[in-house]
Parts: sequence; structure tokens; C-alpha cells
Amino acid sequence: MPLDWIYGLIGGLMIGTAAAIYLLVSGRIMGASGILGGLIDGSGRATAVERIAFICGVIGVPSFAVFAGYQTQTNLTGNVALLIIAGLAVGVGTRMANGCTSGHGVCGISRFSVRGIVATCAYLGFGFVTMYLGRHVLGVI
Amino acid sequence: MRIVIALLAGGLFGAGLLVSGMTDTAKVQGWLDLFGNWDPTLAFVLGGAILPMLVAWRIAARRDRAVLGNALPQPSEPVIDGSLIGGSALFGFGWALVGLCPGPAMAVLGFGGTNAMIFFAAMIGGMMAWGGRSLIRRGTPA
Repeated sequence: MPLDWIYGLIGGLMIGTAAAIYLLVSGRIMGASGILGGLIDGSGRATAVERIAFICGVIGVPSFAVFAGYQTQTNLTGNVALLIIAGLAVGVGTRMANGCTSGHGVCGISRFSVRGIVATCAYLGFGFVTMYLGRHVLGVI
Repeated sequence: MRIVIALLAGGLFGAGLLVSGMTDTAKVQGWLDLFGNWDPTLAFVLGGAILPMLVAWRIAARRDRAVLGNALPQPSEPVIDGSLIGGSALFGFGWALVGLCPGPAMAVLGFGGTNAMIFFAAMIGGMMAWGGRSLIRRGTPA
């Protein structure tokens, strides 16, 4: 759709505003994999309630919007093997690198963090290569 | 108060992911598909998200505490190691395969059906696996 980039920009500003509030008011980095991962491996036990509240917001608001009639689609693959391999890779990778698109991408780049910029280049680069090979060479994506 | 702010920030983050189209895996995969039908939307999302944070980091630089009193996060040591590159590479690989990163993987849980739950469960499994490995390496129980 020709208007997609406007929605992208508006949604992006909302994401950045959320990250700014979480940083300035709560003093925390809004990184999805870090907030979730800290609950999973126990490293964030001291701030567990705050993490759970954040996750409730992330899951709850879009769910409510769709329930209330917001039109959207996920276009998620139904290939279970692909879902499991990708999920494992994203889970291990983001914890190993200590960040994902929100932590390294949004919060890191805006701080001119070398780690954030290098990580973003690495996951984008490997994403482009994987997409090229997976879609245009092997035809599995 | 911390809990209210976390809920509010999480909710706004989730709403932003939905509005921007990042819960639609076709848009994310379209952005990664440089050699196919390329979709530039994600660049606008990332650019839009970075703008408020540029301002926020400038404000943060002039304060030593967050509004709720705790210290603001300090910059990490600029260490570029195998974990950062290897982990990000693995993440990029998985991201391209399905088109979900951790934020959207949570945001679609309520309406993405069984497939969203399978991906989420596998992602949690991956996080547990890495967490367990780190604990063994440190040799200390959690």
C-alpha cells in the first residue's frame, strides 16, 4: 500500500516514545529480548514484576486492538519446522548478543553505541543473506 | 508507579509495533528481501523510533537519575566480541526465516494463532538454553 511508510513512521514514533518514557522515567533500556530473557534465565528476578507488567502491555494492547476490530494480518508461516528453527535461533541469538532490534537497534543506535551499531549491521546483514538464499536460491522462505 | 510506567511503555511499544506493520511478517521479510519485491517500511519504523530516543539520550546525559530515582543506564564498554557478532548473526538468520523478532513475537501472541505460539515457545526455549549454558560456564547456581 502506498501509505504504508506513513503508518511505519507513526508506529516508529510510538515505539521510540515508549522507549524514551521507559528510559527517562524508569531508568531502563527498552529491549524486548532483555526484558523477556531476564525473566527466563533468572537474571532479572529483582525486577520481575516490572518486566511482567511491560510484557502484559506489549501483548495486551495489540490483542485488544485486534479484538476491537483493528484490521491487520500476521502472514505467519504455517511451516512448524521453520517456526521452531527460527524461534530457537532468535532466542539463543538475542541472548548471546545481549539485544535485539529494540535494544541494539532503537536504543543503541540513538545513543551512537558502537555495540548497538555493530550488532544491527550483523543481524541486518545476515537477515539479507538468509532471505536471499532462503527465498531466491533454496525457495524455503 | 514503576509497574504502571512499565505497563504504559509496554502498551505503547505494542501499539507502535501493530500500527507500524511490524506484526506483519510479510512486511518484515519484504524489507529483508533486497533482491525481490523490496519493502522499505521498516526503515521508516526504525528511523521514527530513533528520533524520540535521540532526544531522550540528550536529556539523560544532563541528569544522573531517572524520574523514579534510580541511576540511568551507563554506556556499555565498546567490546566487539564473538558473542555480539555471532549472536546477532544467528538472530538475523532466524528473523529472516519467519519475520518475527522478540518484540513482535510477543505482540502477535493474542491474535497470531497457534503458529505465533509455536514461534514464541521455541524462542523461550532458545533463551532458556542460552541462560542455562551461561550458568554452567559461571559455575554458580542461579
